[in-house]
Amino acid sequence: MMLDAPRAPVHEADADRRADAQARTRLEIIDGDVHPALRSMADLKPFLSPQWREHLEIYGSRRRSGFSYEPYPKSAPKACRRDAWPEEGGPPGSSLDLIRTQYLDAYGIEVAILGPLGASGNSELNMEFSAALVSATNDWQREFFAKPEPRLKASIVVPSEHAEASVQEIERCANDPAFAQVFMLTRTGEPAGNRRYWPIYAAAERHGLPVGFHVFGSGGHPYTGTGWPSYYVEEGAGHSTSCQTVVTSLVIEGVFERFPRLKVVIIEGGFGWLPALTWRLDKLYERMRSEVPHLKRRPSEYIREHIWLTSQPMEEPENRRHLFDTIEWIGWDRLLFASDYPHWDFDDPFRAFPAGIPRERHQQILSANARAVYRLA
Amino acid sequence: MPRHVVARAAEIPPGSRKLVHVGERDIVIFNVKGELFALSDKCPHRGGSLARGRLTGVVTSSGPGAYEYTRPGEIVRCPWHGWEFDVRTGRSWCDPKRMRLMNYAVSVEPGAKLVEGPYVAETFAVTIEDAYVVVETK
Repeated sequence: MMLDAPRAPVHEADADRRADAQARTRLEIIDGDVHPALRSMADLKPFLSPQWREHLEIYGSRRRSGFSYEPYPKSAPKACRRDAWPEEGGPPGSSLDLIRTQYLDAYGIEVAILGPLGASGNSELNMEFSAALVSATNDWQREFFAKPEPRLKASIVVPSEHAEASVQEIERCANDPAFAQVFMLTRTGEPAGNRRYWPIYAAAERHGLPVGFHVFGSGGHPYTGTGWPSYYVEEGAGHSTSCQTVVTSLVIEGVFERFPRLKVVIIEGGFGWLPALTWRLDKLYERMRSEVPHLKRRPSEYIREHIWLTSQPMEEPENRRHLFDTIEWIGWDRLLFASDYPHWDFDDPFRAFPAGIPRERHQQILSANARAVYRLA
Repeated sequence: MPRHVVARAAEIPPGSRKLVHVGERDIVIFNVKGELFALSDKCPHRGGSLARGRLTGVVTSSGPGAYEYTRPGEIVRCPWHGWEFDVRTGRSWCDPKRMRLMNYAVSVEPGAKLVEGPYVAETFAVTIEDAYVVVETK
């Protein structure tokens, strides 16, 4: 006997949360990770030329998929909260009305940054198709979400394995204030500091846009450094290692030396791993500096200046002191609140951080840090 | 021990659940094969509404490669992070001492008995002919 909850959402609980949120002394909230969804691929069609519409229908998607990419349902259907399915049909994240009532209004969100996953075109192998698909994804974000709802900011999805096409897409979108960042995924084809990606970083820096690296991606590599794991639990833990590869590669290849104003946000990979990685990199650098003479400073200094991380999925140690110490080591100014709405590992802005977090620190993570990173005007 | 009439018995048939409000409390009532269980609705982990969770069973294992699926329909999983709670006790599977739901005594009473009081029926009239779900708060 397997019984599902009723599909139709009960809005009473959301109304309660709204009352809760308003009752608390006003905390301003900027959310670094909300996922919009297509009702179906038909939503992208108005933004594709007839040629690419037909290509999509006849040939479809072709990515570096390793073996068995994207096992689903990932703990919940479409990896989403079971209470976030819109009454009018379509998957969670596809209804602007429900995003408003269940999330933006209910929690008093000031700004939320969209992160389109799935069929966004980001890692298509066919370069022209990849470029057409990400353009359609970017136009869809703007027309379906950011334009009708100013609290939602779009991300410039790029065909990241194709730097030239990525730069063209950044140039096409960057002057539109609907877009708040350039959006990549952590599992790239090569480690993220590889020079093939540098034109993307140059374009982002030129426009003052941060580059967000969200976990996932189909670069063709396993979730771990040593092959394909058997369980979703292992995949979940594996995200932190692909994030470590991104940070290590960006720093050691000299990306921040070459692009001194570049801002990078690591999205949905947790953050507890960063202090240990930083200590390790500094130790190695001190012993082997001559191998990487293009670095003028210790790795920790580049990290402290160029890397931000979203808070979700929060580390939840039994002793909250351990969490506060970890944040202290990273820097209270480096964490950005993210909810991951409507996915199942959603973090509630008022409950994600343990009691006892100083109010000014909480406010820093909930919004002040984000104002320093994203282009929100 | 205030007792509250919260629903007509027919509203919560086997396999269903209903979210009710008793004063300030949100309580979810599950009917598992004819047995009723009343639990606080708010997940103690991060506050998801258990009335919108999935009912499942317990998978246990005596060792790698050995799996047993028992007690179908008696475990509710939070719709957010998937914490599992035993509907019979309100206790979570992974952290039963700290992560637990308040549970309430719940029963089905005939209307004929209820009209005599001292029950609190907040939202509807009680008739002699029907049967009602009664929750006791501490």
